[in-house]
Amino acid sequence: MKKKNWYEWLWLWPVAYFSLGFFNILFAWLGMIDFLLPLFIAIFFGNKWFCNNICGRAQFFVFLPRFFKCSRQKVAPRWMSSALFRYGFLAFFLAMFGSIIHQSIMVFNGVSSLRQAVTLLWTFQIPWRWAYAQGNGSDWSAQFSYGFYSLMLTSVIIGLIVMVLYRPRTWCSFCPMGSMTQLICKAKQKGKYPPED
Amino acid sequence: MPSPRHAQVERERCVSCGSCANECPRDAISVWRGCFAIVDRAKCIGCGKCVRVCPADCISIVKREVAH
Repeated sequence: MKKKNWYEWLWLWPVAYFSLGFFNILFAWLGMIDFLLPLFIAIFFGNKWFCNNICGRAQFFVFLPRFFKCSRQKVAPRWMSSALFRYGFLAFFLAMFGSIIHQSIMVFNGVSSLRQAVTLLWTFQIPWRWAYAQGNGSDWSAQFSYGFYSLMLTSVIIGLIVMVLYRPRTWCSFCPMGSMTQLICKAKQKGKYPPED
Repeated sequence: MPSPRHAQVERERCVSCGSCANECPRDAISVWRGCFAIVDRAKCIGCGKCVRVCPADCISIVKREVAH
């Protein structure tokens, strides 16, 4: 049995994140840690230490099946970890992130008004009014929070579905952050790799 | 006496998530600079734990080639 590492407790991070956002949507900004820290580590240290060890989501997907036996542990279809799907999904995610920023700017400029809803799987609008009291001057920040929280919740739902259907960390095989940081790491190596095993 | 088998990674398909490294009881597999997983053949005992957790299914257990 391997020694338990402190970061195995980080499954609590997504639980805390989604709980906090349930009561106050502005906590969604905390999710920027999951967005910026892996990029920072990849750019300055040239590795995926974030994914490999401290990603709360990954720890969450490992933790759940370990205690509740809720994963079929089957091999996922090949296309899910193919370059085409991974980079396509990354592009889609970045486009969605761009649209969140765009919406926040629109609210900031007073062009559109704040929409207090969480959108799941880019389709289903769920009213989420209790999590923010409108009109305290930072509606643009709340708009960003709603969008970002939606993105985070959507990805966790997709992750949970593939966790149950396939292996626990199937999400990791097409996680946009994982694809992006791997691209950065590979670019930093400029094709100079150790000899094949 | 080295084990008769060891793990081998298909680098092009590895997503460098590190599931294998977290699972390996001998610390024989690690993610090389965020690019892909590499196996330390001297340490690997070919138990196949990494194979079973890999979400990209890019690790296999192969017969160890014995140097003559």
